[in-house]
Amino acid sequence: MIEGILIGLETAFSLKNLMMVMIGCFAGTIIGMLPGLGPMTAIALMIPITYGFEPSTGLILMAGVYYGAVFGGSTSSILINAPGIPGTVATSFDGYPMAQQGKAGKALAIAAYSSFAGGTIAAIFLLIAAPSLSKVSLAFRSPDYFGLMILGLTAVSAFSAKGHFLKAMMMVVLGLMLASVGQDTLSDIPRFTFQNMNLSDGISFVLVVMATFAMSEALTIIFKANDPTRVAKQISLSQLGSIKLDKNETKKMITTIPRSSVLGFIIGVLPGAGSTIASFLAYGMERNFVNDEEKQKFGKGSINGLAAPETANNAACSGSFVPLLTLGIPGSGTTAVMLGALLGFGIQPGPRLYQTNPEIFWSVIMSMYIGMVILLILNLPLIPYIARVLATPRTFLIPLILFFSVTGIYLMSFNNFDIYMMIGIAVVATILRLYDFPMPPLILAFVLGGLMEENLRRSLLISDGSWSFLWDRPLTVVIMLTITMIVTWQIYTSFGRKNTKM
Amino acid sequence: MKISPSKIISLLFFIFSGFYLYTAHQIQVFTFDENAAFNAKTFPIYLGYAGLIFSALYILLPETRLSNVDLSVLDYKKTITLVVLMILYGLTILRVGYFLSTSIFLVLSYIVLGERKWLWIFLLSFPFVAIFMYLLHGLLNIYLRDPFLQYIGVMG
Repeated sequence: MIEGILIGLETAFSLKNLMMVMIGCFAGTIIGMLPGLGPMTAIALMIPITYGFEPSTGLILMAGVYYGAVFGGSTSSILINAPGIPGTVATSFDGYPMAQQGKAGKALAIAAYSSFAGGTIAAIFLLIAAPSLSKVSLAFRSPDYFGLMILGLTAVSAFSAKGHFLKAMMMVVLGLMLASVGQDTLSDIPRFTFQNMNLSDGISFVLVVMATFAMSEALTIIFKANDPTRVAKQISLSQLGSIKLDKNETKKMITTIPRSSVLGFIIGVLPGAGSTIASFLAYGMERNFVNDEEKQKFGKGSINGLAAPETANNAACSGSFVPLLTLGIPGSGTTAVMLGALLGFGIQPGPRLYQTNPEIFWSVIMSMYIGMVILLILNLPLIPYIARVLATPRTFLIPLILFFSVTGIYLMSFNNFDIYMMIGIAVVATILRLYDFPMPPLILAFVLGGLMEENLRRSLLISDGSWSFLWDRPLTVVIMLTITMIVTWQIYTSFGRKNTKM
Repeated sequence: MKISPSKIISLLFFIFSGFYLYTAHQIQVFTFDENAAFNAKTFPIYLGYAGLIFSALYILLPETRLSNVDLSVLDYKKTITLVVLMILYGLTILRVGYFLSTSIFLVLSYIVLGERKWLWIFLLSFPFVAIFMYLLHGLLNIYLRDPFLQYIGVMG
C-alpha cells in the first residue's frame, strides 16, 4: 500500500497534475456556485477537454472539479440561499441565516474548514478501505455484478427521486434503452439503428450527459426564469465580514466534524444515497447531540448546524468513490459520469484497477486530498472575489453553457447529426425534469447498460438460460433481498402511508 | 376528467416502450443464435417489458406526489427561440465554419435573452471565440474545420 501511495503522490504531485487540480477546483467552484449547475454539469463540461490528456491527468482534473463544485454549491447556499446542488440544501438552513446576520465570511470559513476536515477524514478512510475492498470484490462473479448493478439503479431511484420512485425507474429503463442503441458488443448485430450509419456506434456518453445535464439545466433556467419561487434573495456580496473564527466557534466545530465525517463516509459508500442524504442525516444527528440551548439556534445560524452537513457532504463525496474504484459500479450520478469518462479512456474500473493501473487508482485518491488542500488555501482568501460570479447575468451565462455543450460534442464527432440528437435529448430532458422525472438514474443506467447486459449474458449462458443464478450463491441472494427490501419500502412509503391517512 | 401531465408522459413512455419492444423483436440474429439462452435481442426485449410495466404502473396507480408546475410562468418564447438558434447553429457549423457560426450564435443568444450591453456582447462573442479557437487549434492541436477562415486566408 505504501508503494501505491508513493506512486499516487508522484503522479499527483507532477507539475501538470497539480495545475490540473488547481484549475479543476477553481473551475468547479465557479460552476458549482451558479444556482442550478452542480458537479455533474461541471464534470460533463470538462469531459471533452480531458480526452486530450492522459487518463490520470483527466481524472485528477475531474476530481478537482467535483470537489470545487461541491464547495461552490455551499457558497451559493450561504450567500443567496440558492443551493447549487441538492447536497448543499442543508447548508443553507444555518448558513444563510448567518449571512443575513452579517457573518457571511464566518459562515463561508466554517463551510470551508468543515469541508476540508470532512474530506480529509474520508480520504483517509478511502485510502484504507479501497484496497481491502478491492481484494474482497475479487470474489464477485457475473450474477453478483448483475445484482449489484440492479441494486445501484434501484437505490439511486429510491433515494434520489424524492418520492417519485416509479418515475425514476422509468428513467432507468430509458437510460438502458438509449444504451442499447448501436451494434451488439458480442455479435456486432445492429440494434435500433434504423439503418442510420450515425447510430451504428451507439449514442455517445458525452452527448447524453451534456444533453441531460448542461444543456437541459441551461434551458430549464430560461424556461423557469419568471417563476417567482426561484428568485434568489441577494445579500451584499461586497460585505462578507470577517472569516476568522474564535475559540468557542472552533471548539463547536471540533466536536461536530468527526461524527459527521464517519456518518457522511458510510452514507456515501452506500449506492444511491450520496451527499444529499448524508448532509440531511448529519444535520438531524447533530441536532440530537447538542444541548437544548444550542438546539434552539438550529435554523437561525448555528455553527454546529452548518458544520455538520458541510462535513458530511464532502465525506460522502469521497465515500462514493469506494464502489466506483473497487467494484466499477458507481453509487451516484456524479460517479456515473466519472465512470463514463474512465470507460472513454479505455479504463475499466473495478477490483483489478488496483493491480492493473495502480497509478490511476492511487493518484485519484491522492489528488482528492490535494484538491481539499487547494480548495482551502486557494478558495478561502479568494471567496470575496469568487462570490462575484454569483452576479454574472444569466443573459451571458446561458448562451455560454449552450456554446460549451455544442462545442464539446462537435469536437468529438464533427457531425451535425450528433448536435441535433443532443438538442432533441436536451428538449425531452427539460420537459421530463419539469415534471420531476429525475436525470441521475438515467445517466447511471446509460453508463451501466453495456456492463449489465454483458453480466446478464454471462450469467444466463453459465446457468443454461435459467434464472436460478439469482439465488444460487449466498452473496447474490443477499443482494437480491436488499433490492426487494428497497422496492417494498418504496411501495410502502408511497402507497401504504397514503392509505393510512385516508 | 383531468389527467396529470406526469400520467400523459407515462402514457407516451408506454407507447414508446411498446414500439421499442416491437423493434427489439425485429432484430435479426444469427440462425445459430436464434435459440441460444442469450442473444442480441434478449436484453432489449426485457427492457421493453420493463418499460411497459413501470409506465403502466404509474398510469394505473394513484399519484401520491403531484408535480405542480405553473405553466403560465414558463418562458416559452425565449426557450423555443434558443432551441431554434441551436438548431441553426448545428446547421451552419460545418458549412460556414466554427468561428462565424459560433460567434453569431452567441450574439443572437445574448440579444434573445435580453442583453443590451453591446461592448460585452461583442467581447464575449467574436474575440472570445477567436481566443477559444486559438487554444483548441493552436495550443491543443485540435482540428477545427472552418471554410470561412480558410476562404479569407486566416487558417491554412
